[in-house]
Amino acid sequence: MTATAERPATRGFIGRPVDRVDGRAKVTGAARYAADAPVDAPLFAVIVQSTIARGRMTAIDERATRAVPGVVEVVTYRNAPRVPALPFDFSVPVQEELAPLQTADVHYDGQHVAAVVGTTFEAAREGAALLRIEYEVQDAEVTIAAAHQIDVPEQWFGDDIQPRRGEPETAYESSDVKIDASYVTPAENHNPLEPSVTVAEWRDGDLIVHDSTQWVRGTRAALAKHFALDEERVHVIAPFLGGGFGCKGFFWPHAAIAAMAAKLTNRPVKLVLTREQMFTSCGRRSETHQHIRVGAARDGRLQAVLHDVLSESSRVGTFVEAAGGVTTMLFDIPNIAVTHRVARLDVPTPTAMRAPGEAPGSYALGSALDELAYACGIDPLDVLRRNHANTDPASGLPFSSKHLLACYERGAEAFGWSSRTPAPRSMRAGTELIGWGVATATYPAMRAPAEARVTIGTGGTIDVASATHDLGTGMYTILAQIAADTLGVDPSAVNVRIGDSTFPNAPVAGGSMSSASVGPAVQDAALRAYREAVSLATSSDSPLHGLSPDAIEAHDGTLRAKADPSRAIAYADVAQLAETGTIEALGTSAPGDEGERFSFHSFGAQFVEVRYDEELARLRVSRALGVFDCGRILNAKTARSQMIGGITWGIGMALFEETVRDDRAGAVVTNNLADYHMPVNADIPDIEVLFVEEPDLRFNPLGVRGVGEIGITGVAAAIANAVYHATGVRVRDLPIVPEKLLGSAAAV
Amino acid sequence: MRAFEYVVADSPASARALVREVDGARFYAGGTTLVDLMKSDVEQPRRVVDISRLALTAVERRGDVVRIGALARNSDVAYDPLIAQNFPAISEALLSGASGQIRNAATIGGNLLQRTRCTYFRETRWRCNKREPGSGCDALEGFNRGHAVLGTSSACIATYPGDFAVALAALSARVVVEGDGGERTIALDDFYVLPGDHPERETAVGPGDLITAVEVSVEPLHARSHYLKVRDRASFEFALVSVACAAWLNDERIDQVRLALGGVGTVPWRARDAEIALAGAAPDDDAFRDAADIALAGAVPRAHNGFKVELAKRAIVRALRTVCGGAA
Repeated sequence: MTATAERPATRGFIGRPVDRVDGRAKVTGAARYAADAPVDAPLFAVIVQSTIARGRMTAIDERATRAVPGVVEVVTYRNAPRVPALPFDFSVPVQEELAPLQTADVHYDGQHVAAVVGTTFEAAREGAALLRIEYEVQDAEVTIAAAHQIDVPEQWFGDDIQPRRGEPETAYESSDVKIDASYVTPAENHNPLEPSVTVAEWRDGDLIVHDSTQWVRGTRAALAKHFALDEERVHVIAPFLGGGFGCKGFFWPHAAIAAMAAKLTNRPVKLVLTREQMFTSCGRRSETHQHIRVGAARDGRLQAVLHDVLSESSRVGTFVEAAGGVTTMLFDIPNIAVTHRVARLDVPTPTAMRAPGEAPGSYALGSALDELAYACGIDPLDVLRRNHANTDPASGLPFSSKHLLACYERGAEAFGWSSRTPAPRSMRAGTELIGWGVATATYPAMRAPAEARVTIGTGGTIDVASATHDLGTGMYTILAQIAADTLGVDPSAVNVRIGDSTFPNAPVAGGSMSSASVGPAVQDAALRAYREAVSLATSSDSPLHGLSPDAIEAHDGTLRAKADPSRAIAYADVAQLAETGTIEALGTSAPGDEGERFSFHSFGAQFVEVRYDEELARLRVSRALGVFDCGRILNAKTARSQMIGGITWGIGMALFEETVRDDRAGAVVTNNLADYHMPVNADIPDIEVLFVEEPDLRFNPLGVRGVGEIGITGVAAAIANAVYHATGVRVRDLPIVPEKLLGSAAAV
Repeated sequence: MRAFEYVVADSPASARALVREVDGARFYAGGTTLVDLMKSDVEQPRRVVDISRLALTAVERRGDVVRIGALARNSDVAYDPLIAQNFPAISEALLSGASGQIRNAATIGGNLLQRTRCTYFRETRWRCNKREPGSGCDALEGFNRGHAVLGTSSACIATYPGDFAVALAALSARVVVEGDGGERTIALDDFYVLPGDHPERETAVGPGDLITAVEVSVEPLHARSHYLKVRDRASFEFALVSVACAAWLNDERIDQVRLALGGVGTVPWRARDAEIALAGAAPDDDAFRDAADIALAGAVPRAHNGFKVELAKRAIVRALRTVCGGAA
């Protein structure tokens, strides 16, 4: 618990399984989420959504709605404040470019077409149910099979998404072993526990918004643009989120509607999307159709992979599910061709969902490599090892720190992989078939500019502030650990404040980059505060007066002389030495030019056991083990929880999850948590998580790469591969529901 | 959800009177079905009569009959020794339904009246003959993976969703109802009504009828009963198919057998033809499979639920094997 100027981080707290510092507040209800925002006498808005996929409203009958006692306003395109559409150009974080409630046009089923505002939620809900809208219905295309408009985007988030290397077609054709298979992943929805919420209030022309957002600064930018305000006049507050997983990363129209309703009524307005509305209001994981051709030598060495991805998006937004990205960098493949096409449909706009691209892409590629292993007659794990990429094939750069082979080794040993018998249907326990599968996990390490402020107050309080977020992941805790580590205090002495657009800038809580972006900024701020404290203590009338900074160390909330620990001064007293009575330091962190020299990725190995009761087509995941290489782990407990969550979600992706649309109407029919199946506790076995913990100091001073998304990647492939091993049935379209396995007895 | 009046009943008679006073009034016990449907506007009662405090919670033996009070909670009944020992299928069925929290709230009487999970019924935007008689059925050509294959009509293919009543069907239980003409007892077979042209009519109870109890006979056959539920996930999930059965062997032949199916019928589906075929047969897989074929002979699958036919047959074989003492 000591820190010095030369080596500030003693790592006393970093890495430890520290309990969540916000845990007590969350379980006691003291933590205030967006819907708990303490606004005076709010009105309640309930959204009404379209029930046609394409066309226009021809009549809106508000009479019954307005007759409900307590209904005060009905906001539709006829009276909503005019706001501009926000283009998808990275200047504001929108996925859907359609400005809400501006015209009578309907572009998909589930589009917001009205908001009923009442003095109580009940009144608004009843009024919403009574709103009568007539439509002129136009022909709609709501399935990929029906799509006429297929886009071929060249780029997505700065990456070339139609890359080629070598001579893929020729290399494939001349390969000894060929796999040609198509894989389908369905649309899926994020389903965070907390639905999306916006509480909007106008005060003297300023807009104050309590919002369930993964990006307070992004939401601020979007609202400022919508309402033509300087960004400083929009204040976005989001101290806690009940999960986000991507559906709160971008700005969605309901937030603008809340602000419109507040403007029209001149009252604070609280808007909470219903669970049903969440399925069309804030994105989903796009359905993908992936055609993969693998050409390899008989020893399993890859010669060529051609990976064609077709995903779906709306006509009023932009999104590409870049599932082919994994093929460009995950294995050493001399010849590749990756294509991405997007079917533009009359459906809501998709968005990033935990490991966008990698989650469906790792399923398809991981399945194809397992098929290759069986075609070559070699162990699936050996295929992965033999094709290990020592440098990034996409960029040609060396990886900053890659320990994937160690993940395979440790995982195989812990799982007992060597006792696997390769033939499908060859392992049994009692009447059940057993299958073991393996696949590779991968997610890029990303980082964005971030700032944080550390303040040492008069009472010795240590305050950390940054406009970052806690999605339930442990951000409060790791920032407290980092500051505590640097300043030599206990994490419980650090007060972390986040989720406020007025705090120092931080990026979206997405792309698994918060720890690697904000962590180093907090470390920098804490270090600056420490240096300022040392400077004050050594230059003022204090027990440390006259000492060189190098002769000082931090210990238990004090600065003391290394040579004589009895010469000490508490941070509280050091702060008093400052003119203002506080020591305040702004820290910054940003990527430099390291990306020109190294490729930054996290990796992992997923091992899964399934058990299959063939008579009843009953499939269960009975064991799951993940080994991950994610750089330094900041908190062993919260990082492990992230991985358990990711693997659990991977089990859901493999076996259960599917957003089903009625093909005729284009409306989601699994729009509730009874029909949209997620795993329950009884579906989830003990999940073992191991880390190959090698700090990636080429990436940032903390050596951390982020743990948010990699956990889900590879899981569905490992399960599908285990299912093949157990049953002899190769399921190429998720989820693996009983009807796809019913014929298993006849499969081999 | 619409505004409604909430009143509390202090006796079965007052409960019935309070419901009779207002058209479309509803009894409220556990609320696990009704409140959901009120939130989604499918149910719009102007009055809700709370019967949860009535003294109808006892589970007691009267001679050779066990009488389960209509307001007994699902979880209490499942764990009651009278039930677990005499009717294992009932206990297993109750415990396979919903979640612990819901079982603690749900009542036996209310459970009998559980409404279908058909998406097209549960959202008012769709056409549904059950919700709006004569409006049509969007499930017929829609996403019907969960829908029924037995007892369907051109007006409705909605599945009866529950577990408990399937076990009751196999055990020939009776429903005790208090109505305008006093107390009457309805055999479970007669309690549920096939949809036909009037899927809005689901049971034999009418306005003002209050279910007060369920009765099951104690007999050796019923003590050798079993409920098997096959579903997408391991818990908190409706049946894709389920089987309630009981068997009594004599001289290595099937002497008596009862078989009912869930998840596949528009009502809890008693498979009498299969029972007849099994009577006197040797308890082996061939006989079970033949019986399963008979039980599903009338199945009418739709676009997405064809797999239920084979899955139900396999579940029947497994369940019969289990109650006949064979290896699972």
